[in-house]
Amino acid sequence: MTMKQLTISGSPHVHGQDTIRGLMYGVVLAMVPAMLVSVYFFGLDAVRVMLISVGACLLFEFLIQKYLLKGPVSITDGSAVITGILLSFNVPSNLPWGILLIGALVAIGIGKMSFGGLGRNIFNPALVGRVFLLISFPVQMTTWPIPRPIVAEGITDAITGPTPLGILKEGLRKGESLQDLSSQLPDYLTTLMGNHGGCLGEVSAIALLIGAAYMLVRRIITWHIPAAYLGSVVLFSGIFWLIDPTYYADPLFHLLTGGMILGIFFMATDYTTSPMSPSAQLVYGAGAGIITMIIRIWGAYPEGVSFAILIMNAVVPLLDRGLKPRRFGEAIKAQ
Amino acid sequence: MGGVHPPEQKLTAGKAIEVLPVPSVLSIPLGQALGAPSRAVVAKGDAVKAGQLIARGEAFISANIHSPVSGKVLKVDEVIDTSGYRKPAISIQTEGDEWMDGIDRSPELVRECLLNQEAIVARIKEMGIVGLGGATFPSHVKLMVPGGKKVDTLIINGVECEPYLTSDHRLMLERTEEVLIGTTILMKGLGVSKALIGIEGNKPDALEALGRLAGAYPGISVHALKVKYPQGGEKQLIRALTGREVPSGRLPLEVGCVVNNVGTAFAVYEAVQKNKPLVERVVTVTGKSLTRPGNFLVRIGTPVSALIEAAGGVPESTGKVINGGPMMGKALTSLDVPVVKGTSGILLMDDTSSARVEVEPCIRCSRCVSVCPMGLEPYLLALLSANEAWDRVETGRAMDCIECGSCQYTCPSGRPLLDHLRLGKARVGQIIRNRRN
Repeated sequence: MTMKQLTISGSPHVHGQDTIRGLMYGVVLAMVPAMLVSVYFFGLDAVRVMLISVGACLLFEFLIQKYLLKGPVSITDGSAVITGILLSFNVPSNLPWGILLIGALVAIGIGKMSFGGLGRNIFNPALVGRVFLLISFPVQMTTWPIPRPIVAEGITDAITGPTPLGILKEGLRKGESLQDLSSQLPDYLTTLMGNHGGCLGEVSAIALLIGAAYMLVRRIITWHIPAAYLGSVVLFSGIFWLIDPTYYADPLFHLLTGGMILGIFFMATDYTTSPMSPSAQLVYGAGAGIITMIIRIWGAYPEGVSFAILIMNAVVPLLDRGLKPRRFGEAIKAQ
Repeated sequence: MGGVHPPEQKLTAGKAIEVLPVPSVLSIPLGQALGAPSRAVVAKGDAVKAGQLIARGEAFISANIHSPVSGKVLKVDEVIDTSGYRKPAISIQTEGDEWMDGIDRSPELVRECLLNQEAIVARIKEMGIVGLGGATFPSHVKLMVPGGKKVDTLIINGVECEPYLTSDHRLMLERTEEVLIGTTILMKGLGVSKALIGIEGNKPDALEALGRLAGAYPGISVHALKVKYPQGGEKQLIRALTGREVPSGRLPLEVGCVVNNVGTAFAVYEAVQKNKPLVERVVTVTGKSLTRPGNFLVRIGTPVSALIEAAGGVPESTGKVINGGPMMGKALTSLDVPVVKGTSGILLMDDTSSARVEVEPCIRCSRCVSVCPMGLEPYLLALLSANEAWDRVETGRAMDCIECGSCQYTCPSGRPLLDHLRLGKARVGQIIRNRRN
């Protein structure tokens, strides 16, 4: 029988549905609710910041891959888009475009490409960019416009104000009690919906949670890191709140303010910079939660999510080495 | 623990077993069982009857081979077998259909088994029975429990978790009682009073058929298992049915279990009750573009091409032909290779699905770790193998890898994880053997 040549390759001969693109654009899709809410609250400023951030991340990755590394260009894989969106989510909506460009360059250039690009970076690129900006441009990075729904009428000049965590930190430093501050702090419903001061993408917990649910259902992320992160934050803040509820804010306040939800579900779960085995992921998540709370309660900054995740990123190689998956046959079950 | 859910694609689940016409020339490889190849006891020009011994398994781990047809020995030479290499084989020209005396080919059920344990083991050995799930381990060796080991449970594997394959499914439906009698014989041969038959929940008809009749066979129970690949892996099956975990590098004997496939149970029935050697088996011939996919009862030694002809011929679009299922099967180099005892299916894949996906950088998504049924770190073992860090490949327990392919199946970067792992296993295996010597 004459026949064309047969393909010979090792098993398996079928491949599942997952692709890098599929997973990355799944994450992008999960961020759409938060993007829409940010446009609702911060208007065209939000659109401007997101477009510049994503565009700059794509451009810098393209330039570096094409002209510096002279290799293949892979900007369509979706990872630079995620970095761009996350960076924009982590800055105030009135950030000058020049500063934003610097942030994107640091995120992509230093955070990602200098380590070898996709899959090789140690630190979450968006957070590298964010923290670089926070340290370099502390004033611009901590001047938050008050959300003003685009449907609202009246004044067009943006008004700036502090974040709930900023109010808390500043007030406690001045010796005020939580009770004194409560009139200035937004209630839970407000923080859940997002109508309070903060970075572009972090204000609306509910929008972020919708995206998180989507990622969990589609199995883009697993529950391990978010559960450990969330659990340790609740436990840590809960203990102190029980010790002195007049001085320490309750767990729900901590969960719904700052970049907590954004960090837990969208940044701590970044594939490349988080550990591989379930047990290591639990330790990593718990560690990030504890560091976040240490910074929030005792640190100089009101918010600690970015630093906590970056610090835990650095611990990942150690966790990967020390905490292995449970091997089959390791413990013979009792009959 | 771990596992993936590839599309089941059981196109032939509803197709009754058809008897394939006997081809005019067969080539029967001498190395059909795991272990040492058998030694030919016939020579060119000899006349043979169907069921006659033509090669003897002489090593401890090896199996007898019988002529699947009556006819004349054309040559004792080499042919390319399913491994893609030239291997010694006996070629036979079919003449007539004359069987050895004493072989009962009637469909009548023989329930009573009067042989004792020793005689059962001897008969299974004589009839050349090997594990038909694919590993082809000589069945009589499994029944000879080494001193100091205690076996209490026989496990019959009816999981058939490989996509596309349905030969075991059909056997359970069409030869239900034979499978149960074969199970009883294996229990007797092993000296145990308990047998568990495990079947994936996606085969309710087989579960129902076996479950209904199993009541009449003391000690046998039928269990529905979660649909998950590789549920039919030996170690995975033992754990699913008994909760016991076979320790690293050990045999199921270590936890008091012996596992046999339903196809093997049927072959044991025929060998012991009907005096029939293993000369034919059920093979699924399947593929999305085949016009007549089906399950065929085939004589060992039949060329794969004859089997595909019976299923409607090779479709124009064929790009790859696999011996076995899509997860663990082996790509064939030629369609002239013969069906052997371990051939459970022939799968034809289209051009478009034959090529691998593009390889991209590992993004450390940890999917390979979470799907590995052995709790290994495929991404790391593949990397270590690529870097030839054999000592770390060994301590990373690469030898535990059952080569199920779940890691590579699930990898979003399309990385050839199992290729690297196989390389690592081969080298580490060599290092371990050298250390012993």
